[in-house]
Amino acid sequence: MSSEPEVSWEIARSKPASFYSTYERKDELQHATHYCPGCGHGIIHKMLAQAIDDLGIQDRTVLISPVGCSVFAYYYFDVGNVQAAHGRAPAVATAVKRSRPGSVVIAYQGDGDLSAIGSAEILHAANRGEALTVIFVNNAIYSMTGGQMAPTTLMGQTSTTSPQGRGAHEGYPLHVSELLATLEAPVYIERVGLGDNKQIAQAARAVRRALDNQVRGLGFSLVEILSPCPTIWKMTPVEAQHWVRDVMEGTFPLGVLRDRTQSAQSDAVPAPPPLLSAVPRILGIAKTGLPAEPSAVGAAPDLNLQVRMAGFGGQGVLLIGEVLAEAGLDAGLEVSWLPSYGPEMRSGTSNCHVRLARELIDSPLVAHPDVLVAMNEPSVRKFCAMVRAGGWILYNGETLPEDCDWKDVHVLARPFTRIAKDLGDARAANMVMLGALLEIAGNLPRTSIESALGRLVRNPRWLALDEAALASGRKLMREACAEANHAS
Amino acid sequence: MTTVHHRDAGQLRVDTNECKGCGLCIEACPPKVIRLEESLNPYGYRTATYMGAGCTGCGICFLVCPEPGAITVLRARRPGPAAASGPQVRP
Ligand SMILES: Cc1ncc(C[n+]2csc(CCOP(=O)(O)OP(=O)(O)O)c2C)c(N)n1
Ligand code: SF4
Ligand code: SF4
Ligand code: SF4
Repeated sequence: MSSEPEVSWEIARSKPASFYSTYERKDELQHATHYCPGCGHGIIHKMLAQAIDDLGIQDRTVLISPVGCSVFAYYYFDVGNVQAAHGRAPAVATAVKRSRPGSVVIAYQGDGDLSAIGSAEILHAANRGEALTVIFVNNAIYSMTGGQMAPTTLMGQTSTTSPQGRGAHEGYPLHVSELLATLEAPVYIERVGLGDNKQIAQAARAVRRALDNQVRGLGFSLVEILSPCPTIWKMTPVEAQHWVRDVMEGTFPLGVLRDRTQSAQSDAVPAPPPLLSAVPRILGIAKTGLPAEPSAVGAAPDLNLQVRMAGFGGQGVLLIGEVLAEAGLDAGLEVSWLPSYGPEMRSGTSNCHVRLARELIDSPLVAHPDVLVAMNEPSVRKFCAMVRAGGWILYNGETLPEDCDWKDVHVLARPFTRIAKDLGDARAANMVMLGALLEIAGNLPRTSIESALGRLVRNPRWLALDEAALASGRKLMREACAEANHAS
Repeated sequence: MTTVHHRDAGQLRVDTNECKGCGLCIEACPPKVIRLEESLNPYGYRTATYMGAGCTGCGICFLVCPEPGAITVLRARRPGPAAASGPQVRP
């Protein structure tokens, strides 16, 4: 040993940094993917992660995962993730890319996802020349659901839905890349395979190129990858690999189908959308009834409010949520309004989540509201335990039901429906409750509330009634607080 | 770990928790220096293992392996001007 030279070792290849170090998908198996041994998805994930690393774009990459075996891609990639409905990844990717032009957006799709249920989405995204990178994993079958025929299934190939082998009755293998290459807009389309070492190396280069094209702002790029599925094909991983090269490639020849990367214009940052105030002029319509231009962000009132509103359908909880959110928007705040349609929509309660904040809102869901507006008994039962300590429950009733589980919260329980009836119409109970809520959210300018209400309630009679209801709710809340202070 | 042959330009490490024993690296390795372990890992797979000598550090096994972190390839860094040319170095 002493005659051997000094050697130190450096890491040449190891797990790309764009993967999470552990996959917190369940309590166990946090080091393993959910893919079968030898699955092409795993190989493709790795080349994609490596390309993201190499291009240094991890912090601005958004991966749109599909429905199919790769539905859980977001467990593995430490990038922005959205999981799209079956076939819709190109549409979702379009939205992400257009709203965040600086991001690098990847639509990752199987052949069932892209060429069957999602055939329209991919066609139009390609035709619009969306500046996306599409990774199209073609394993010639629906794998996740157990091996049904896909549009890409080879002639003669058996599947659970073509047990005799695909015949002309089932149509012919769809050559999506060739079809897309007839369009004007795509910049780069290449078909590669995972059939042997050479093919895999070429596939890695193509994936990287398709991503690099987007980084350079060039436009629509798609890489179709012929990919083994040993499990559904009922082969060993090595046999499946060879089948890609020896059989699949016969139907789907490899090669570059479109390359306009030399002549493509870089369009990394599209023109910003017009100002809201310019929209009426652009559309040639009168300016009334549009929300005011939001004030500058810094000028927004200091407010961070999370509200859950619930009641019977028809009690108007969605409307007061909208008034609150619109008022926040008017005041220059970040807002979200999320109606929640549960299975109880038809008969029981409807509810909505509303958030107002100065900072960007991470999620429109309100799991722990500062204020719960409960317009009926089932709602207060359902949501009272969620309210944050120090928060408020506004309840439409004399007292909270006995079995309500709440602690460390303020409660304003009043017969709001009756109060509204005395004002002129029981249906204004929602606005009385909103008035009480606005008294808590004292920072929201009255002008913002008035203009939001004016936009959402067009009938003058109702507007007058709702204004009176808001005032009455505010007064109720002030009195309740005064009483409480007096008592303590 | 097996003794590493110091003339080799590369060596292979397999994470036995991640490897699923698919055998693709074995098929892919040009000098054929990977084999499957006889025993099973906790998940029931016969994992890949380096035979201990002959790795060129080419990285092909890494490229074909479907598991994100199952394979790590190391390359020898040798002192002197020959370092840049890696695999050609003679002791
Ligand atoms: C709207 C809808 N229709 C059907 C399904 C059932 N489904 C789940 S995955 C899948 C096909 C997946 O095949 P592919 O895109 O080729 O992906 P793979 O599993 O082969 O990777 C289907 C039809 C679904 N989840 N949603
Ligand atoms: S069924 Fe096929 S595509 Fe799905 S994980 Fe297994 S090998 Fe991969
Ligand atoms: S390719 Fe990866 S998963 Fe397959 S046997 Fe080799 S190390 Fe294990
Ligand atoms: S780096 Fe190359 S030579 Fe070394 S084990 Fe991997 S494939 Fe074989």
